[in-house]
Amino acid sequence: MVGSSAEWIFNVSGIEERRFAAEGETVTDMAVEAAGDCLSRAGIKAPELGMLLVSSGSSERRFPGPAASVANRLKLDGIPAIDLPMASAGSLFGMALAARLAAVQGKILVVAAEKMSSVVLKQPMNPSTSVLFGDGAGACLISPDAGCARIVDSALYTDGSFADDLRLELDGPLEMNGRTVILQASRKIPRAIGTLLEKCGRAPVDTACFLMHQANQNLIDRVAGALGVAAEKFYSNIRRYGNTSSASMLIAASEWQKQVGFQPGAPVVFATFGAGFHWGALLAEGC
Amino acid sequence: MPAQVPMNRQAQITEIIRTISKRDSAPDPDESLFDSGLLDSFALPDVLSALEKAFSIKIPDSDLNPRKFDSISRIESYIESRL
Repeated sequence: MVGSSAEWIFNVSGIEERRFAAEGETVTDMAVEAAGDCLSRAGIKAPELGMLLVSSGSSERRFPGPAASVANRLKLDGIPAIDLPMASAGSLFGMALAARLAAVQGKILVVAAEKMSSVVLKQPMNPSTSVLFGDGAGACLISPDAGCARIVDSALYTDGSFADDLRLELDGPLEMNGRTVILQASRKIPRAIGTLLEKCGRAPVDTACFLMHQANQNLIDRVAGALGVAAEKFYSNIRRYGNTSSASMLIAASEWQKQVGFQPGAPVVFATFGAGFHWGALLAEGC
Repeated sequence: MPAQVPMNRQAQITEIIRTISKRDSAPDPDESLFDSGLLDSFALPDVLSALEKAFSIKIPDSDLNPRKFDSISRIESYIESRL
């Protein structure tokens, strides 16, 4: 599409395929579908929710964001629905905030929906970014009640000195200083994971699975190496979906949950890094 | 007697670049390591880790600007500033 060969794209990113939303399909549409799937799998009805958090950096309008529309489509009556327009870090930040708020708000649905095709395929295309991103949505239910796992702790970080290195201006293409992003992510992600695990008295090698933002397979492998764990412990589906921004971590989590799932007492780490820069890690343990 | 430390430092940096890039050629001190294709985005973190180890320095996140490490000369200047 942009003069890059499939082999080159795979070598630099691990991406072989991507999925794009249908013409006319919106971020809200995708979010509602993910939300419905999550609630169904959890055996929860939408009116039981106490709060909705929706992460998207690619929604169709500046305001209101998709949260209000998603809440309306789910027939959520008057509960707070909050947008997290943070790009890639939005789903992890949403989960971490939900874990802290659930005691007060009750069940919180965290949804991440991204239509990155509307961003990167818009002319003029940026050839270095247009080949990396796909569309998708994922969701996660955080509850004060017992579930398949409990959230042990989380750590969130922001460093705004790099705000210009990965940005989407109002009327421009997505701009990414790839070298800076990779350099910072290579350091910050393993440090965040390592610090969190140490604080919680756990070790990376004892972690059952790492569910990381699916930005780049080489980056995922590098984080695994920095932590001294086998790359296989990092679930990966970037080959099929590309980088779906904040949706990617929840899509990975959903697939992993269906294939393997939480085992009692087994630690699972969620981690992300994205525009801002915002990054963080969250530790959960199977129940 | 000519000062040897700066040459050793440049030679050490060059050797780190050669090892990580897996190329035998020695780049010119002012040659762009990225534009020449010697280093890509994923090699740079390895280079920085090797520099930290070789020169017993710690490179803070705020200094992780690829432009500071785009040539042997720039790397040498940076290391001197950290020693």
